[in-house]
Amino acid sequence: MKILYCNCTYAKVVPKDVKQDVLRQLSDSGRAFDAVADLCDMSARKDPALKKIADGGCTKIVACYPRAVKWLFHAAGTPLPDEGIDVLNMRVDSAEHVVKELLV
Amino acid sequence: MSRTEGRNLRVILYEGPGSTPLDDGDRYQVLSSLLDNGFEVTRPVAGQEVAPPDDAPVLVLGLLDGEPLVAEDHEVHFRDLAQVNALDAAREVRKATGARTLDAWKPWFPVIDFDRCTNCMQCLTFCLFDVYGVDTEQKITVQNQDNCKTDCPACSRVCPEVAILFPKYAKGPINGDEVRDQDIQREAMKVDISTLLGGDLYGSLRTRQSEARKRFSTERDESKALLERKRCLGKLKKELDIPDEVLMTLPSADDIEERAARARTKLAKRQARSQTVKDARPAPSEAEWGI
Repeated sequence: MKILYCNCTYAKVVPKDVKQDVLRQLSDSGRAFDAVADLCDMSARKDPALKKIADGGCTKIVACYPRAVKWLFHAAGTPLPDEGIDVLNMRVDSAEHVVKELLV
Repeated sequence: MSRTEGRNLRVILYEGPGSTPLDDGDRYQVLSSLLDNGFEVTRPVAGQEVAPPDDAPVLVLGLLDGEPLVAEDHEVHFRDLAQVNALDAAREVRKATGARTLDAWKPWFPVIDFDRCTNCMQCLTFCLFDVYGVDTEQKITVQNQDNCKTDCPACSRVCPEVAILFPKYAKGPINGDEVRDQDIQREAMKVDISTLLGGDLYGSLRTRQSEARKRFSTERDESKALLERKRCLGKLKKELDIPDEVLMTLPSADDIEERAARARTKLAKRQARSQTVKDARPAPSEAEWGI
């Protein structure tokens, strides 16, 4: 199971304390992960790195709303597979909840 | 280079053999500062998966005893965190490799939810900035993200299916939150442009322009014209949540007329093509009809 963390760098829509808390605990966890500055930015650029993520099997994506994440990947020409993708939402869930789901 | 072109530098935070692991606090500081400055960071751990390398330039950062082994077909740079600051090193390598330098842009553009979209083209007709287009299969697509006006969610407010997202918008369902029945019913969401502007949009604009010309030629009252413009812009701003900056950059009435003519031509061509395909298709055989 891979982990992808989106820092939503270019907007203030994800609560800063949630982002920081999740990143800190992920950083301390000893788990391997990929962290990107901003998925929206990557989608706009149709960044080939998204394809590597989408094609890479089971992945937990820590970002925002699952519907937004799904269609951002689609917009980049690299739709996510129907199965094996778990999107955790830092816009609405607490850091505690996200980390619990992420590191199980 | 446009805002949506170029590759980001990928930073690998290396703590494997041939290096000394970072303290937890230091690792977090490095990660946080790199992400906040637009870099992508991978933290590999032996036996665990990360995204495989692509053709993006790579910088390996860590408390390195030597250079870790890497694939030879990639452009890889190494910097020892005992000697350099992570962010300074990343900036230096980004410059050296020609990787993308970010201005402080907010990635603001519409994202279409094709589970909901009915290809009605209302967004294409509505957007005055050519953000939308159609693909080779005549399906609506977002083709010029760069043209989209930051913080303007107006096209999503006129979409009758609530199929247009702006992930960086504050409120749902435009931000990607689930679409509920009440969202579709909500008057503010289901804005009909024709209703908003009083009937046929372009007809209305033509009438308004012609009336304005007449009135202007007889009355020569610039203040009335400005008041009318202010009233209309205020209405647009309120109904569609369009920011002032966008309203200030709206095209002139002549530009809108020209664009409407182009859109009508495109639509006519599309319909003609669609008719040609239907005509060219052979009539179903008796067997196909099940006779």
